[in-house]
Formats: sequence, structure tokens, C-alpha cells
Amino acid sequence: MAGLVYYSSASGNTARFAARLGRPAVRIPASPGDPMPEAPGPCLLICPTYADGAGRGAVPKQVIRWLNGPARRAALCGVIGTGNRSFGPTFALAGRIIAEKCSVPLVHCLELAGTPDDIARVSAGLDLIEERTCSIPLITA
Amino acid sequence: MKDMTGTRPLRAVNWNRVADPKDLEVWNRLTANFWLPEKVPLSNDVQSWAQLSEAEQRLTIRVFTGLTLLDTIQAGTGAPAMMADAQTPHEEAVLANIAFMEAVHARSYSSIFSTLCPMAEVDEAFRWAEENPHLQAKARAVSDTYAPGADPLKRKIASVFLESFLFYSGFYLPMHWSSRARLTNTADLIRLIIRDEAIHGYYIGLKFQQAAARESDGRRAELKDYAFSLLFDLYGIEALYAGDLYDGSGLTEEVKAFLHYNANKALMNLGYEALFPPEACQVNPAILAALAPDSENHDFFSGSGSSYVIGRAVPTEDEDWAF
Repeated sequence: MAGLVYYSSASGNTARFAARLGRPAVRIPASPGDPMPEAPGPCLLICPTYADGAGRGAVPKQVIRWLNGPARRAALCGVIGTGNRSFGPTFALAGRIIAEKCSVPLVHCLELAGTPDDIARVSAGLDLIEERTCSIPLITA
Repeated sequence: MKDMTGTRPLRAVNWNRVADPKDLEVWNRLTANFWLPEKVPLSNDVQSWAQLSEAEQRLTIRVFTGLTLLDTIQAGTGAPAMMADAQTPHEEAVLANIAFMEAVHARSYSSIFSTLCPMAEVDEAFRWAEENPHLQAKARAVSDTYAPGADPLKRKIASVFLESFLFYSGFYLPMHWSSRARLTNTADLIRLIIRDEAIHGYYIGLKFQQAAARESDGRRAELKDYAFSLLFDLYGIEALYAGDLYDGSGLTEEVKAFLHYNANKALMNLGYEALFPPEACQVNPAILAALAPDSENHDFFSGSGSSYVIGRAVPTEDEDWAF
């Protein structure tokens, strides 16, 4: 079954979305001084976007640090991008960057803390992954 | 000469000692995103403007005049009032940036007017803005919280509603035109404004959440009641305002869905749950696409997305990625 990993800063939108999914989820710490958690087995990453107008700085540094661990990266099955459509072309850009860099699918994009539709869609998708766990290619580091 | 005994020293802002890293992060975002209306080639919209009907032109001028009023209030009283409430000198500096950018936004609408519209019609719209009861009511409702002595946290709530909700009855129209390939340069300028307002709503909402977390349970409950009741009042006014503007073009219901969607986002900026149910927030996909061009959402799980491309080129900085 797929685990969940997420990053959320002080505004807490992604943390609220992760909490409303009602499943165990590992939080990447906001402070660089805190120890980096390992991946809870094969997992989806939920990542907010902090890009400026030109798209710079979209992926939070702590998420980059987390992904820089080869074992953690190998456990990544997909990414969920969060953001705000009001940021125009850079909406949920971090999700797209991570999907490209790590060659995993961008499974969903949502705004701020998500809507009931987002919760339903991601929950259904996670159930689907659980049913098909044996078909997910696992790369062991 | 009097000495300093008994008075608090005046403090210089030290950006190398930042108590809240969000202050520096948001300062950097806002300054990196700085823009002026002169950078947008508005004159390329002259032909497109001429193709709008008289009623469509009048609607557009009125919508932009209404937006100008909100920007004027936020620049002149809203952000300065919140500066007085700032917990750190860095927060005060971020709010100074917000105040100035709101003045740039207000100024931008006049650039659109001077490029596209006859002065007499613009003057008429400014008179209309002073006389329209719904526009005045929503501006007044927020302004009241900016008065000296008003509750600093209720002021932040009203300010987030202005930044993340009240603008959107107006922002709808240039996105609607843009989705029909009209006034596309004007829409580019409006997207710059929307981007700024998103950061303002996020930041003020964050400062609200931080301050509310330090309050008692009873006070937090009072603030939440106030927020939902103010949103309810503002929504009532917005629905009438939207009717005034858009009934003639048959767009009111579509605008209302956009209002519900943005009201929910404003609540999320304050850390609250959404109010309007998903079925009331079905925004026309053409408007969502106009808001965020080139960032198409899609449904991976159901496989219905047609445009998913893993290798899309995106701007990023590479030095931190070790793999």
C-alpha cells in the first residue's frame, strides 16, 4: 500500500489537506535542523509550490533535501502538487518539476487545502493504488 | 535636553535577524514579482476594444473602476492600518510593499483607461462607482475594520476577504474576455495583479493564523464566528453587485460560481474550512484555464486527462538537486 509524505509550511494548507485524507502521513520538517524522515515504503509526495513569477524557487528546499536521499527517491510512486491557480502559469509548478525530475507521474493538482472533491479523488486514487500494489514497480536501493 | 529614561528605543529593522522566516520569504517573492503597467503592451488591445459593443465597453470600464476603488482603499488605509498592528519590523516592511503594490494596481486601471477608453466614459464610471450602493457597501464594510481602534485580527480577516474574495467579481470579466481571445494584453496585466493579491491574501491570512493561535479558545471561536458572518454579509452584497454588473450580459450565475470558489479560498487563507459546497463552485473551465494558462489540471487516476506529458520543460534552479 502506498504511504503519504508531505511538506507544509507555517500556513498549514497542505497539512490540513493531508490530515483530511485520514491516513498515516509523514511530514517533512520545515526546519533544516530537524532530522529527515525516511520514506514509509512506496509513497506519494504532496508538495506545495512557492515559485516567484518566473518559476524560481518552486520546490521547497526541504523537499529537495528529502528527495536527495536515493532510497527515499526510489520509494516515490507519484506526486500531488498543491498551489493556487491565482499564480497563473506557475500553479502547482513544484508538482510538475518533481514529476519530471524523478520520472514519476503527477497524479493530481489541487488548490490551497483542497476541496471535498480533491479529498474524494485522491482517496479513491490511493485505494486504487492499494488494490494494485503488486503491480507497482518497486526499486530497492 | 531630555534623556531617554522611560521611553522605548526606536528600533531599526535588521533583516539579518528575522524572527519569522515567512517575512523574508514573502518579501523576496513580492520584490521579485515587482512590475509596472508600462511593461504590458496595452495598446495592442485597441483593436480588440473597438470590437466590444457599447454595453460591453461600459461594463468593462465599470468593473475596472470598482477594482480601482478596492485597491485605493487597500493602499491608502488597509495596509497602513495593518502596519500599525505589525508584530515585527519585517512584517511592517512587507506591508509597506503591499501598500505600494496596491497603489500600482490602482494606477494600472488608469493606464488601461487612458490607452483604450474615451475620457468622458471613464469619468461617468467614476461617478457610477461613487453612487452604486453595492460597491459602496462592500468597500464600507471592509473600511470600517480599518478605522483606528478597530480589532486588529478582525481587520486582518476583512483584509483577506478583500484580497482573496471581493476582487473576484471584477477579475472574472477580463478572464472571460481573455477566454474569448479579447483584450488579451489587458488580461496579462490583470493576471499580474491576481498573482500579487494571492500573495497578499496568503501573507495576511498567515499573520492572522499566527496571531489567532496565541489567543484563548473563546476568542478564537469569536473570531471564527465573525469571519463567517462577515463573509456571509459580504457575499450578500457581492451577489447584488454582480447582478447590477452582469445581469445584462447573462453572466451573473457564472460569476456567482466564481465568487463561491474564491470565497472558499479566502477562508482557506485564514485557516478555515470551505463554506460553499463543491456543486456551488463549478467554475467555467474556460475561466480556470484563463486564470492559469499552461498549467492544465487533469485526472490521472481516471485516465481522462489527454495532455499529460512527463517531460515538459519547466524553469527551475538546479544547484540544489544533487541527482
